[in-house]
Amino acid sequence: MHDHLLSLLIWLPIAAGIVVLLLGDRNIVAGRWFALAASLVTLALCVPLVHGFSAHTAAMQFVQKAAWIPRLHANYGLGVDGISMPLVVLTAFMTVPVIIAGWQVITKRPAQYFAAFLIMEGLMNGVFSSTDALLFYFFWEAMLIPMFLIIGIWGGPRRVYATIKFFLYTFLGSVFMLAALIYMYLKAGSYSIAAFQALPLTLVEQRWIFAAFLLAFAVKVPMWPVHTWLPDAHVEAPTGGSVILAAIMLKMGGYGFLRFSLPIVPDACRELDGLMITLSLIAIIYIGFVALVQQDMKKLIAYSSIAHMGIVTLGAFLVYAIVASSGTTLDAGMGLDGAMVQMVSHGLISGALFLCVGVLYDRMHSRQIADYGGVVNTMPIFAGFMVLFALANTGLPGTSGFVGEFLVILASFKASFWYSALAALTLILAAAYTLWLVKRVVFGPVANDHVAKLTDLNGREFLILGVLAVAVLLLGVWPEPLLKVMEPSIQHLVSQAAATKIPV
Amino acid sequence: MPDSMINLHTLAAALPEMYLAAAICLVLLFEAFVGDRRPGATGTLTLLLLVIGAGLTVQFADVTHRMVLFDGSYVADPLAYVLKLAGFLTVAVALLYSRTYLQNRDILKGEYYALSLSALLGIFVLISADSLLTVYLGVELLALSVYAMVAFDRESPLAAEAAMKYFVLGSIASGMLLYGMSIVYGLTGTLSLDGIAVALNTPHNLGVILGLTFIVVAVAFKLGAVPFHMWLPDVYDGAPTSVTLFVGTAPKIGYFALALRLLAHGLAGVTVDWSAMLVPLAVLTLVIGNVVAIAQTNIKRMLAYSTIAHVGFIVLGFASGTVNGYGAALYYTLVYVLMALGFFGVVILASRKGFEAEKLEHYKGLYRRDPLLALAMAMLMFSAAGVPPFVGFWAKLRIIQALWETQHLWLVVIAVLTSVVGAFYYLRVVKLMYFDEPPESLPETVRSFGVRFALGVNAAAVLVLGVLPAPLLDLCARVIH
Repeated sequence: MHDHLLSLLIWLPIAAGIVVLLLGDRNIVAGRWFALAASLVTLALCVPLVHGFSAHTAAMQFVQKAAWIPRLHANYGLGVDGISMPLVVLTAFMTVPVIIAGWQVITKRPAQYFAAFLIMEGLMNGVFSSTDALLFYFFWEAMLIPMFLIIGIWGGPRRVYATIKFFLYTFLGSVFMLAALIYMYLKAGSYSIAAFQALPLTLVEQRWIFAAFLLAFAVKVPMWPVHTWLPDAHVEAPTGGSVILAAIMLKMGGYGFLRFSLPIVPDACRELDGLMITLSLIAIIYIGFVALVQQDMKKLIAYSSIAHMGIVTLGAFLVYAIVASSGTTLDAGMGLDGAMVQMVSHGLISGALFLCVGVLYDRMHSRQIADYGGVVNTMPIFAGFMVLFALANTGLPGTSGFVGEFLVILASFKASFWYSALAALTLILAAAYTLWLVKRVVFGPVANDHVAKLTDLNGREFLILGVLAVAVLLLGVWPEPLLKVMEPSIQHLVSQAAATKIPV
Repeated sequence: MPDSMINLHTLAAALPEMYLAAAICLVLLFEAFVGDRRPGATGTLTLLLLVIGAGLTVQFADVTHRMVLFDGSYVADPLAYVLKLAGFLTVAVALLYSRTYLQNRDILKGEYYALSLSALLGIFVLISADSLLTVYLGVELLALSVYAMVAFDRESPLAAEAAMKYFVLGSIASGMLLYGMSIVYGLTGTLSLDGIAVALNTPHNLGVILGLTFIVVAVAFKLGAVPFHMWLPDVYDGAPTSVTLFVGTAPKIGYFALALRLLAHGLAGVTVDWSAMLVPLAVLTLVIGNVVAIAQTNIKRMLAYSTIAHVGFIVLGFASGTVNGYGAALYYTLVYVLMALGFFGVVILASRKGFEAEKLEHYKGLYRRDPLLALAMAMLMFSAAGVPPFVGFWAKLRIIQALWETQHLWLVVIAVLTSVVGAFYYLRVVKLMYFDEPPESLPETVRSFGVRFALGVNAAAVLVLGVLPAPLLDLCARVIH
């Protein structure tokens, strides 16, 4: 079982998706229950994954390896360490609310809707658990297809523009990564990521490879200035699509930096960390201001996602500045810890916020902030959840949002006072745009007749928001298990990032 | 090693050609005596003959090593074996897809099948050519059969125009080829490609470059590389769709063999010269093909420019000038043929008697009208765009790898950038089929079970070969060394 656990996590949802597709819209009742059962079984498979995971080693665990394309020395290689395991669990966890959220809301081609999300889940698990770069790329690109269809079929009025922009943007970023991977394969003689990490590369080579990775991952994260696809995609995507996009797909960019950029081209990262930190700070501050002026709730949360992902990239690339200023690698892991916690936490919070907007949208068919006001009067329970997630988004202590941001800001203080001063602006900006959103939508007098007719959460909605609220609070007050699981892998990553790979 | 002795063993290696020549005669006779009474029978017979031919090829022509026969004019090697099998299969599938189309337009004639087989014979001659004369014989046999097929619908002025253009331009290209060959012959004094390979080994010789220029122009014309691509969109658009399907698939195998035998083998000594000529051609082809495809509103023209773009990748494989590059080009060619069979198969199935699904807008909401056809087309489109998990991705990967191996950094950049441009118009087709509502009053798609099943297998193959690419990749790398 342990040998095939990761394979199951990948192929079980994909197979289930195909079954749902074959059941078709005519048997949608059976199809829905089957989809839910499949997503729950996949989540249940995470129990042995977490339970059997050893937090004492940085090595890959649950390893599986089989020859895939012998002529290209590409293997079907799977395995997770402390960096990827939490993301696999997050993927399995977030797919369940997405399935439930679409339960009655999706009336157009529902079978394909559920199938698309199940297939996405499998492909995303594949991205996080590949130990072979070609397999990684295979899943990374394949995932574009279901997302393209999700936005294009179930999206809003400008969905075609948004989905083609999404596809081409991410495709453009990825093809350069492919070129870099092939280049390294020719030098290393294997597509194994571990072989790439061990491969000596001159500084010039590292710079080019860094640039190729940057294109691929920065588009996915997304970092300023290649973020413009995200607000469009989010606004037009159906609720489930937004949730998966924000909660998981953005994390792939962050994961890419941790798995590829830092360990494979450490010298280029050291040289260019100023660029990365600058871009991250611009994302945090500038995008924070942009979020402030949004009129559309989804767009506001989309921009907030970009700003929060800025924290992740900032944390990831603080390593060098900390080592330089403190002279040891002891504290250098703190920024990476923060980046990882922030990724998991942002997955939960942004997913929950998009679900909240979805709840409102299903009732009012509007995402404009101006159409709302005084929702608390008619939907008190919903208002409670919305306020909780909004506060988590601002980084309130006691919620998961606090842990990641605090760790990154603390780490940035160790690197430089100015980094931390600028990064800490996120606390003010996030509070400003999130709380102002809540104030305008949730509080105040009932704005119009439509709001007056709103009905509070039904059981299904209460269930998914409740589960997410518990997760956000749990991770906020007790992040220790997550930090512990990551610790050896983060330390290993710090030592890889701090080493030099330039051949002498 | 030329083997002038003709015995049963050596004849067996040339069995596919001999069988095919006999089959053409049989089809013609059958049509003359039975064809009028039973209109579909010749087609069935041809399919049967193709299947038997594939079987005979597997049985007798599967050589393990390179054999040169008939005084050095014919070569049988594992590559020829693989290409001929692919040829049989491609023509069989193409004819299977075309049948209802021809029937609906009253052009279901036996000559169509005879011409298809003689085109296939031309392809086979090209595949096994080992002397300049054999090469030319193959080129002309293939080209003349195809000209006639393009004009097959006598009622259609568009088809006649396309055939005329194709014939005139094709003849010029043939003349170029012949002229180039005569210069090479003059320089080396031999017609045998093996002999030329030995004799011509000094690059940058002015005379050689002169001869090469003509040969490269002719090869580029046959493949459809820019700026010798003008005939391609007109022929694809003007010909009946079943002929477009044929022209777009099987001959590519032959022209791949032409480039391989002539350039990569015969002129191997001056690889530096011709690969330097191919590089700008490939770049132009990639850029023009992909960019102009975006502007098309007719799906046959769009697919024609997409073909040109794919040809750009194949030419890049040759331009790398290495064995790995040729292997990558072979893989790309086979993958392209598989995908093109699918595209044009979908166009044929979406058309009806009196209605040609030629405009892009005819594919609006295809998902509503025919989900399976739309799914097949979507898979083929993603594959052509080079997105995993479909096989088109591996074809592009192999070419890029070959370019890296030869340190062509900026060709890698152009190749990946133009694939992103190309992705746009493939996505547009998916968008039309899945995101748009169908317009009123489009006729139903063709519901014949056998053809739909074959098309399903075709699309499934694109997925299966994408998830498990090892066998075909291995085969292509093994037969070229």
